[in-house]
Amino acid sequence: MKSLNELEEIRKRALESVNLRKDREGTRVVVGMGTCGIAAGARPVLLAFLEEIKKRNIQDVTVTQTGCIGVCRLEPMVEVYRPGEEKVTYIKMTPDKVKRIIAEHIVNGRSVTEYTIGAEEK
Amino acid sequence: MEDLSLYILDIAQNSISASATVIEIFVIEDEEKDKLVLTIRDNGKGMDPKTVERVTDPFYTTRTTRKVGLGLSLLDAAAKACGGSVVVDSQLGVGTEVRAEFGYRSIDRPPLGKMDDTIATLVACNPMVDFVYTHNTSRGTFKFDTRDVRQKIEDLPIEHPDIINWIGCYIREGLNVICGGGNT
Ligand SMILES: Nc1ncnc2c1ncn2[C@@H]1O[C@H](COP(=O)(O)OP(=O)(O)OP(=O)(O)O)[C@@H](O)[C@H]1O
Ligand code: FES
Ligand SMILES: [Mg+2]
Repeated sequence: MKSLNELEEIRKRALESVNLRKDREGTRVVVGMGTCGIAAGARPVLLAFLEEIKKRNIQDVTVTQTGCIGVCRLEPMVEVYRPGEEKVTYIKMTPDKVKRIIAEHIVNGRSVTEYTIGAEEK
Repeated sequence: MEDLSLYILDIAQNSISASATVIEIFVIEDEEKDKLVLTIRDNGKGMDPKTVERVTDPFYTTRTTRKVGLGLSLLDAAAKACGGSVVVDSQLGVGTEVRAEFGYRSIDRPPLGKMDDTIATLVACNPMVDFVYTHNTSRGTFKFDTRDVRQKIEDLPIEHPDIINWIGCYIREGLNVICGGGNT
C-alpha cells in the first residue's frame, strides 16, 4: 500500500537532480483546457508531456494550462514558448505527437512544422 | 465528454478561472439509493444570484472567445439524461458549489473514468491551488489532500514530475481498494 511517507524518499532523490533550473529561463508548454479542449483529449496530451519529461529527466521545462486557446475545431491545442523564440502553436494534439515534439522541438530546438497551426491553414 | 472524471476536470476549470485557492471534489457512490453524486466546491470569487440562475443556460458565459459556455450546460444535460440534475449554489466573494446527481445504474450514465488522471492534471497545472478529493463507496472512503503532500515534500515543488506521478499512483491504488477494482 502506498503511503505519504514515501514522499520523503522521492523528495530526497528529486532534490539531488534538481539544479540550476532557477538560473535560466526555461521552455514553457501550455495546454488549452477549455471545455472543448478537454472533450477533444487535452488531458492525455498534458499527461503525455509530463510522462516524457519524467522519462527523459528533462529539466527546465514547465507544463501549464490555460483556459482556452480559441479555435474549438483545432483542439487539443498546445503552445510552446522557448526563450528568445516565437511561440509555436500545435493543433489536434495526441499523445503520439507529444513524443515527437519533445524529441525534436523541446530537446533539439526544431519545431515540428507539420503539426503546427500554420500547416493547417495552408 | 466521455466520462465523469472529464466533467470534473472541466468544472474545476471554472473554479480556477474564478481564482479559487482551495477546490474540494467529492464523489459519492450510493448504490443503495441508486445515486452517484459529484460535488465541486471552491472558494473562488462566486456569482450573484442572477448569474447562478442562468448558469446552466448554454447561452450564458463570461468568456470572450466564443458566445456559448458549454461546461455547466453539458454537465446538466448529462445528469438529466440519467434521471438526475445539477444544482449550483454560489455566493459572491465566498465561493461556489456545483452538485451533480446521476442515477447510479442508469444505462446513460457515463462511467467514472480516470480520477487519478484528473487530479494529477489539476495539481500539475495549478501548483498554487490546494485540492481535496474525497471518494465514498459502500466499501469505504478514500481521501487525498495536497496539503498533506506539501507537508512531506517541503521545498520541492508539488508540480515536480516525480510527485505528480506519485499522486496518480496513490489515487489509483486508493480507489482500487474502495471500488474493488471494478469500473464504475
Ligand atoms: N465556480 C465558479 N465560480 C464563479 N463563476 C463561475 C463558476 N462556474 C461557472 N461560473 C460562471 O458561469 C459561466 C458559465 O460556465 P460554463 O462552464 O458553463 O461555461 P464557460 O466556463 O464560460 O465556458 P466553457 O466551459 O465552455 O469553456 C462562466 O463563464 C462563469 O462566469
Ligand atoms: S475550449 Fe474550445 S477553443 Fe478553447
Ligand atoms: Mg467552463
